[in-house]
Amino acid sequence: MAKKLMKGSEAIGEAAIQAGCRFFFGYPITPQNEIPEYMSRRLPQEGGVFLQAESEVAAINMVYGAGGSGARVMTSSSSPGISLKQEGISYIACAEIPCLICNMMRVGPGLGGIQPAQGDYFQATKGGGHGDYHLVVLAPSTVQEAANMVMEGFDIADTYRIPVMLLGDGMIGQIMEPVEFADYKKRELPPKTWAATGWDDKTRERAVINSLYIEPEQMKVVSERLLKRYALIKERETQVELYNTEDADYIIAAYGTTARIAKSAINKARQMGIKVGLIRPKTVWPFPDEAFSKAADTAKAFITIEMSTGQMVEDVRLAVNGKKPVEFFGTLGGFVPSTEDILEQIIKLKEAHE
Amino acid sequence: MLTQIISAGFGGQGVLLLGQLIAYAGLKEGYDVSWLPSYGPEMRGGTANCSVVVSDEEVGSPVVTQADIVVVMNRPSFEKYEKNVAKGGKLFVNSSLIDLKSTRDDIEVYYVPVNKLADDLGNGRVANMVMLGAVLEKTHVVSPVTAIDCLRASFGERKANLIPINERALEAGAEAVR
Repeated sequence: MAKKLMKGSEAIGEAAIQAGCRFFFGYPITPQNEIPEYMSRRLPQEGGVFLQAESEVAAINMVYGAGGSGARVMTSSSSPGISLKQEGISYIACAEIPCLICNMMRVGPGLGGIQPAQGDYFQATKGGGHGDYHLVVLAPSTVQEAANMVMEGFDIADTYRIPVMLLGDGMIGQIMEPVEFADYKKRELPPKTWAATGWDDKTRERAVINSLYIEPEQMKVVSERLLKRYALIKERETQVELYNTEDADYIIAAYGTTARIAKSAINKARQMGIKVGLIRPKTVWPFPDEAFSKAADTAKAFITIEMSTGQMVEDVRLAVNGKKPVEFFGTLGGFVPSTEDILEQIIKLKEAHE
Repeated sequence: MLTQIISAGFGGQGVLLLGQLIAYAGLKEGYDVSWLPSYGPEMRGGTANCSVVVSDEEVGSPVVTQADIVVVMNRPSFEKYEKNVAKGGKLFVNSSLIDLKSTRDDIEVYYVPVNKLADDLGNGRVANMVMLGAVLEKTHVVSPVTAIDCLRASFGERKANLIPINERALEAGAEAVR
């Protein structure tokens, strides 16, 4: 299939449909409204259901219900809306229901603004809702990658019975880029024997979708099961891109939109003779610790660049574990860093740690 | 080859479409491209703008601050983006609406009365296409033939009757800067 120029939000919608998602529940918010708009047009064509709920809270609980019956289901929102969904996300994590949640981040806190930001990293990777749980969090940096990650995200969700989050930002949603929908090759997935699909013939155990475990012994069993699963996910699903890191004296850590801009700055710095590379977590949970700890053996210094006051930098510091200095540069207010901004930081980093 | 473009003006002047046509045509000619619109409250009554990148390698930053080509269709855009033309770059000014002259001597500036030229053609709405004609004539970032092909594909049969006026608009813009 030929490459098409598509908006990020539309590519996310199309990828979901091609991956077999037939249920979308959401509530509008800028800058991701093109996702529900696209789904409202396309899902009925495919015999699916698009429903604009009365609130984010309702939408996430519809996702909980549809996912609990075994359906491929998604929702999307942007930062303040994702905050409203957190209670439901925690329930879904406890009930071990697969689904895809898309967060096209905008600047905060509060209602903040509608421009791109990366301030929801903590919320996405450290829990967000209450209790001990994780989501798998995929962070695309191009429209093509966003489409691929949507398809893969549904499979990861089904494989591990875990909610998966696509963590983009306003820019990934709004930008138009070439995208090609390769034939979606579904992973081999376990049958959803746990799904609540009716109990008419009584030939199997009752499927109960639940996140309430009053007995400590039962709750402990669930938590231990999740813990084991998270370890397995960390081992099997961690994804990272290394760009020009082999001989790098200096390493930029960045994800999503920021990472692609860093690549442009790295190309310019390389022309100036500065050996700098990029470690780009594609999964921000599980975090690719090993890539950083390995690079810390040879690089002189690190800098984390985010559209936030400094969130992923904490994970980078944990992974580097004091071996080398880890600095930080962030843009605030919804501003996206320019190539020149990042180049300036690279030069500063080099001068400070030669 | 890496060409970075900013196209700016009032909402409704077709500056986003101008940028999109370059992106579509770039893709068709085998380049990697990105098209990034401004979005938000500034689209209501204020300036609208987009950044376009056309590259023979993977596009890194889609955010353009040092542009090879800047198109300004109204005065606020002129005031905002004149400084974003990279040294040696080209600035295209809609002189029908902008009575300012650039004070920079390290760039090439083209003043094109695109509203007047579009009115002369009998359709004021093709002013953006007049501007695109001027841009393509002076920069060759993509071919005007490819741009028209992309417009034809986007118009479909229902609006195919509008292709000739758009072709004439491209030509009028090119002629104005020859």
